[in-house]
Amino acid sequence: MNEKNGLAIEASNLSKIYHRGSENIAAVDDVTLSVKDGEYVAFIGPSGSGKTTLINILGCLDNPTSGKLVLAGRKIVDHGEHLAEGKLTKIRREIFGYVFQKFYLIPTLTVIENVMLPFTFYKKPGADGEVDRILKLLGIDHRKNHLPGQISGGEMQRVAIARALVNKPTILLADEPTGNLDTKRSKEIGEILRELNEKERLTIILVTHNPSLAGMAHRVIELRDGKIYDGK
Amino acid sequence: MINIFQVAYKNLLRKKSRSGLTIIGIALAAWVLVSLLGFNRGYESALNKDIDNLGFQMLVTAKGCPYEAATLMLKGGTGLRYMKEEITDIVRKEPEVDEVTPMLMQATFDPNKGESGGYNAYLGVDPNTFPKMKSFLEFKQGKWFTEPEAYETVMGYEAAELEQREAGDMLLIPEKNVELRVVGVLKRTGTQDDGTIFLPLKTVQKIFGMKDELTGIGIKVKKDADITKFEEKMYKLPDVQVVSLSQVKQTIMTLVSTAKVMVFSIALIAILIAVVGVINTILMSVMERLQEIGILKSMGATAWDIFKLIWLETLILCITGGIFGTALAMATAKATEVLIRQLLPYAPSGGLVQINLSLVLLTFVVVILIGLISGVYPSWKAGRIRPLEAIRSQVE
Repeated sequence: MNEKNGLAIEASNLSKIYHRGSENIAAVDDVTLSVKDGEYVAFIGPSGSGKTTLINILGCLDNPTSGKLVLAGRKIVDHGEHLAEGKLTKIRREIFGYVFQKFYLIPTLTVIENVMLPFTFYKKPGADGEVDRILKLLGIDHRKNHLPGQISGGEMQRVAIARALVNKPTILLADEPTGNLDTKRSKEIGEILRELNEKERLTIILVTHNPSLAGMAHRVIELRDGKIYDGK
Repeated sequence: MINIFQVAYKNLLRKKSRSGLTIIGIALAAWVLVSLLGFNRGYESALNKDIDNLGFQMLVTAKGCPYEAATLMLKGGTGLRYMKEEITDIVRKEPEVDEVTPMLMQATFDPNKGESGGYNAYLGVDPNTFPKMKSFLEFKQGKWFTEPEAYETVMGYEAAELEQREAGDMLLIPEKNVELRVVGVLKRTGTQDDGTIFLPLKTVQKIFGMKDELTGIGIKVKKDADITKFEEKMYKLPDVQVVSLSQVKQTIMTLVSTAKVMVFSIALIAILIAVVGVINTILMSVMERLQEIGILKSMGATAWDIFKLIWLETLILCITGGIFGTALAMATAKATEVLIRQLLPYAPSGGLVQINLSLVLLTFVVVILIGLISGVYPSWKAGRIRPLEAIRSQVE
């Protein structure tokens, strides 16, 4: 959290240009936005509008071609100059939790082992207690010794969310988290995200095609051709 | 809390057949390596044992091919050459000599031996000197000859088994139609003596019409004697050659070294195949798990974390293969020995493949090196993947 101005994300004039032959394609085109701590923001828009590219830039998974990005008061990108990979890794570890459309669970690890996977690479005091708390919060503690193949798609996405939350991130980035789920399970995941935002004061950035899921957010930002179309 | 070792191990369980086949490849390489190194150790010590059991350190034979002399000395061969018995006295007078024992080897064809007949080898030995020189020979039944010209025989353990003779039985020499009384049967020695039929020297000379002829003279030199100087003196004798045990050993080792080079090459090829197999397996595994690696990196795993994980998977494969290969080598040591005996021109008696702890440890070092080396490229490749590229790789 940025104690100074209460902003989790400050992005100014972010652009991402891809070169295809002689043609320049702007996946993200001069986007400026800010997200407050504890805010729940949804990005919507047609396919190819730049939603995923933008969320990847905001989550330090991709570098913009130009612009400025500040996360919790820490300067990440300034005029296209970004931090070294090692520092970005540290920021990803400390600030973000990521949830994707596919769950990416390791099939030979149990639910609890999948959730604890981040701690294979770095230790965090009190991790065991936190894992139990999150599994309970997401309603999958009774499944913790099951393998991913033994649980439903909705439960798998909950496991993926638990894995994203276990290192206590301040921002959760969710890219089409219900893309592989039916309506009922999508609604469940939507409720979970809202609860996490309300009860845990977690900042959430969501990318979705699902209007009802987007409707749960505090703010909906529509993207078209890489630009913010509405919702500013 | 799950650790990196558990993650690596469980990752390998995802493609059990592929991991299993890779382990088999490494196990085969380890098996070849252990067997080969075990043979290297075993052969030399078995050869030394055989030579020590000869009872003499030098053999004087008629001039001829050194290989023939070596064969005669260790196996009892054909194509024999002869020298005069008087040479025995000349040799005995040398100050370096402790004892000499004259020998005459003869062979007859026995049509009843085996399926299509075979040769029986008779070694005429001097009853006064030979038993003293070979004092380690023990009798299962009976004793040495009663007289220097008696029509008696002492049979080696296997020769007696083959002919089904015991002390007191009679033994016929085919072609010569002469009967000998079996006066003794030796205990098993694990050397060529087991297959030999011993007769008094004078009796062999008489039966085969080889009066005053010898095929070899065994020489035991004094402990403080200058063997090189003595050898030089022996070379000056006309029409004879001296075969010292070091020469015999060297000759045999030269013959065997060709086979060794071949086997070493096979081991090297096996190791190279194993390395390529491991690289292929791990690389495929990395490519299939690109998205997962991307997710791990998005969770905060560093390039070194990913490198360690993949490297550990390689090491687990190699160490498991090493354990199986070593166990296989130990279990099949006897069978390997049988195979080697068929391949080699001469194989000493006794254990040819000796596997011990230091050899097992050495193999493990090699196997771990295989793992470390073959894991570097896939691990490096996995470590340097950017998270977004990895995650996108499944989207596209």
